[in-house]
Amino acid sequence: MIEAVAEKLEKNYLNEKQGLLSWLLSTDHKRIGILYTFSITCFFFLGGFFALLMRLELLSPRNWLVSAGTYNKLFTMHGIIMVWFFLIPSIPGTLGNFLIPMMVGAKDVAFPKLNLLSWYIFMLGGTVTVYALIRGGVDTGWTFYTPFSTSYSTTYVVAAAVGVFIAGFSTILTALNFVVTIHRMRAPGLTWFKLPVFIWSMYANSLVLILNTPVLAITLVMIAVERIAKVGIFDPALGGDPVLFQHMFWFYSHPAVYTMVLPGMAVISEIIPVFSRKPLFGYKAVAFSSVAIAVLGFLVWGHHMFVAGESVYSALTFSFFSYCVAVPSAIKVFNWTATMHKGSISWDTPMLYAIGFIGLFTIGGMTGLFLAALGLDVHVHDTYFVIAHFHYIMVGGTVMAFLGGVHYWWPKISGKMYPEGLARLSALIVFLGFNLTFFPQFVLGFLGMPRRYAAYPEEFQMLHVLSTAGATILGVGYVLPLCYLLWSWNHGRDAGPNPWRAPGLEWKSTSPPPTHNFEVTPVVTSKLPYDFEAMKEELELV
Amino acid sequence: MITNFRLWPESASSMSGPVDLFFVIMLILCTAVSVAIAVFLIYCAIHYHRKRENELGSQERYNIPVEAAWTIIPFVLFIGMFIWGAKLYFAIERPPDNAITVYAVGKQWMWKIQHPEGQREINELHIPVGRPVKMVMTSEDVIHDFFVPAFRTKQDVLPDRYTTTWFEATKPGKYHLFCSQYCGTKHSGMIGWVYAMSPADYQNWLTQGAPEGSLASTGGKYFHQFGCANCHHFNSQGRCPDLRNLYMRPVLLTTGKTIIADDSYIREKLHNPDAQVPWGFSSGVMPNFTGVVSEEQILALISFIKALGPQPGTQQPSSSGTAPTEYGTQKGIGGPGVTSNAGSQVEKR
Repeated sequence: MIEAVAEKLEKNYLNEKQGLLSWLLSTDHKRIGILYTFSITCFFFLGGFFALLMRLELLSPRNWLVSAGTYNKLFTMHGIIMVWFFLIPSIPGTLGNFLIPMMVGAKDVAFPKLNLLSWYIFMLGGTVTVYALIRGGVDTGWTFYTPFSTSYSTTYVVAAAVGVFIAGFSTILTALNFVVTIHRMRAPGLTWFKLPVFIWSMYANSLVLILNTPVLAITLVMIAVERIAKVGIFDPALGGDPVLFQHMFWFYSHPAVYTMVLPGMAVISEIIPVFSRKPLFGYKAVAFSSVAIAVLGFLVWGHHMFVAGESVYSALTFSFFSYCVAVPSAIKVFNWTATMHKGSISWDTPMLYAIGFIGLFTIGGMTGLFLAALGLDVHVHDTYFVIAHFHYIMVGGTVMAFLGGVHYWWPKISGKMYPEGLARLSALIVFLGFNLTFFPQFVLGFLGMPRRYAAYPEEFQMLHVLSTAGATILGVGYVLPLCYLLWSWNHGRDAGPNPWRAPGLEWKSTSPPPTHNFEVTPVVTSKLPYDFEAMKEELELV
Repeated sequence: MITNFRLWPESASSMSGPVDLFFVIMLILCTAVSVAIAVFLIYCAIHYHRKRENELGSQERYNIPVEAAWTIIPFVLFIGMFIWGAKLYFAIERPPDNAITVYAVGKQWMWKIQHPEGQREINELHIPVGRPVKMVMTSEDVIHDFFVPAFRTKQDVLPDRYTTTWFEATKPGKYHLFCSQYCGTKHSGMIGWVYAMSPADYQNWLTQGAPEGSLASTGGKYFHQFGCANCHHFNSQGRCPDLRNLYMRPVLLTTGKTIIADDSYIREKLHNPDAQVPWGFSSGVMPNFTGVVSEEQILALISFIKALGPQPGTQQPSSSGTAPTEYGTQKGIGGPGVTSNAGSQVEKR
C-alpha cells in the first residue's frame, strides 16, 4: 500500500512512458525540449568540428591541412550549421520548450502536436542540409552572397538552401506556439508584469522570428529560382541586382542576430536574481529593452553594407539606428550588474556562467560600437575584427548563457545534481579558452586580416597560433559538461524540487516534473515577480 | 613568425591618422567602461558572497534616477560616436577634386589596374605619395573588395557598376592589397601590393616600360575598332550624339529628365543602349555591346570620351545638336575654361 503511493508520487514525465516511440511520438513540451537538446547538441559538435579543422588549417600561413576549396566549405558549413541548426533553435527549442509552459503555470504549450511537428520539420531541414554536406558541401559562406552563390559556385547551394528553408518553418511554428502560450495560458493571477523576464525576452524573440523568417524563406527561394531557372533577380549578367540580395538577406539576418542573443539574455535574467537572492533590478526596463531590441533590430540591416556602395545618407541612417539599438543592450548590462549589488551571491556554476556572459557580452557589445561607427567600419569591415565581435556575442554570449541555463535547470530537467566542482572547473576552462581563441582575432582584424582567407601573409601567424591554442582549450571546456551531465543523469544525487531556492513557478513542481507539470494549477498570489520575500519560510527551513 | 609580429597596422595615408585617433579614443573609452563593469562584478561577487545558506539579499527593485542616468549618458556618448564616425566616413567616401584617377577591374582571382597614362598592372598598383588617387572600380564576375589596410580604406567592387574609393599615400613603401569580400575558391590568393613612390620615382616609373599610348589613345583605337566612330563621327548632324565635351555634363533625356554623363552612364549605353536616350535621338539605333567589349575596354573608351575636349572654337555643348531651350540653360555649367583641362576635370560622385 505504501509502496503503491510512493510509486505514484514518483511518476514523472521521464518514467511515465518508456521506449523510443514514447519519445518520438510525445507531445509533452518537456520531452520535445529534450529531443531538441539531443539534436542541437549533435549539430553543435558537428559545427564545432568544422571550426576545429579551420583553426588547425590556420596554424600555417599556407594551406597545409586542407585545400582552399575545402577550407571555404568548412567555414560555410560551420556558419550554416551553427546559425540555423544550433544558435537560433538552441535556447528556444530546449529551455524555451521545457520552461515556458512551466513558468506560466500551464500544462503544456498551446499547440502540443504542432510543437512535435516543429521538431520533425527541424530534423528534416537538418537532414537535407547534412545531405548537401555529404554530397560535397557548399562554399558560398553562410551569407550566400550573390552573384557568387547563384551563378558561380559549383557546389550544393540549392540543397543547403532547401535545408535552411525547411528549418525556417520549424522556427516559425515554435515561435507561434510560444506567443500563443504566453498570451493565453498564463496561470490565474499571473499578469504581464509578474512574468519572469525570461518570458518577456522569449516573447520578443518569437515575434521577431515570426516576422523575419519568411523574408529569409523568400530570399532562399529567389536564390534557387535564379540558380536553377536562370531568372535574373540578383545576377547582373541576367539583369538582376546583387545588392538587392544583401538588403533582403540582412533584413532577415540582422534581426536574426538578435534572435540568437535575446534567448541568452532571457536565461541570464533568470540566473542573476536567483543566485543573488535579489529581484531583477529595473524589471520593467529590462523587459521593455527586449521589446526595444526586437523593434530596433529591424532598422539596422544596412550597417552590413557600409562599404557595399550604399549611399552615404542611407549609411548615416543605419549607423544612427545601430547606436540606438545599443542603448537597450547597455540597459540590460547595467541592470544585471546592479542586481548583484547588495545581493547574496553564490558561486554556483550557473552564476559563474552568467558573470562570464556579462563580461563577454560587454566586450562584444562595445566592439559593436566600433563597427557602427561609419569611419571605423570601413577599415575593420569584413576582417577578423567582425568575426571576433560576433563570436563574443554568439559564443561568449549565447553559448555561455545556454550552458549556464542548462546547469541551472538541470536539476529540474533530470531531477539530479551535476558534480559542482567539475562544473565550475569547466566553466573556467570555457571562459579562458574562449578569450584566448577570440581576443587575438580583434587584433588580427585591426591589422587588416580579411575574413574567409584559407592562406594569409606570414605576419599574422603568431596571432592565429594563439587563437588555435585557445580553440583547443575551448573544445575541452565543451566536451567536459557533455560527459559529466550525461553521467549525472543516472549517477547524480537527487536534486529535490527546488535546490536553488528559486522563486519561479517551475520550481514549485517536483523534479523531474510530472507529465502535466503541476498536480494542481498554480495560482499566483505574489504582487511582484521574483518574490524572494514570499520564500522566507522556505529559506528558514534550510 | 616572431620577427614581423606587430600589434598596430602600418599607417600610410592621409586618412589613417584620423581613423586611428578615433579608434584610440573609442578604445580608451570602451576599455575604461568594460574594466569598470568587470571590477564592479568581481567586487560584488566577492563582497556580497553568500555567507549563510538561508541568506537573502537586499530587495531593492529599482531606482529611477540611476536608471535614467545609465540610459541617457550612454545615448549621448553614442550620438557623439555616431557624429565622429559619420564625419570620417564622408571624408573617406568623397574623393577630393584634384585626385588622379586609376581604374581597377576585379575578376576571379586577380586585380587588373589601368593608369590613364597607359600603364597596366596585375595585382600591383603604383601610386605617387602626396597626391590623392581615386580608384574607379568594377568587377567582371562576382563581388570583390578593394582593401588596403595601411590606408584604412575599403570598398566593395561590384559587377555591372562602378564604385569608387580614394586615398592619399603619405609614406613611400609597399603595402598589402587584399580582396576583402569572399569571391570563391582562391579568394585568399586575390592579393597584391600597393607601391607608394616619391613623385620623382613615380615619374620614372611612368616613363619606363613604354606603354603603347595613354589609356585614352587606346580607347580611341577601340572607338574605331568597334565601329563607334562610324556613327559618332564629329561632324555628325543626325542619328548619333556628338561625344565631344560630353563627359560629366548634364544630358537631357527623351523622358524630360536630366542625367549627368558620368562613367556609369557611358557604360550603361554600351550594355543597354535604348535606356535613357538623349533628347532628340531615337532608340533602336545603337547596337548592344554586351559580350563584345570587356570591362577594361569600356574603361579605355570612357577615358577616350573623357579626353575629348570641345571642338576648337566652339562652345557648343555635347550630346544633342538640336538642344531645346532648357538644355541651353545648362551649358554654362562647363565653359571652355574648365574643359580645356579635360584630363583632370572636376568629377563629382
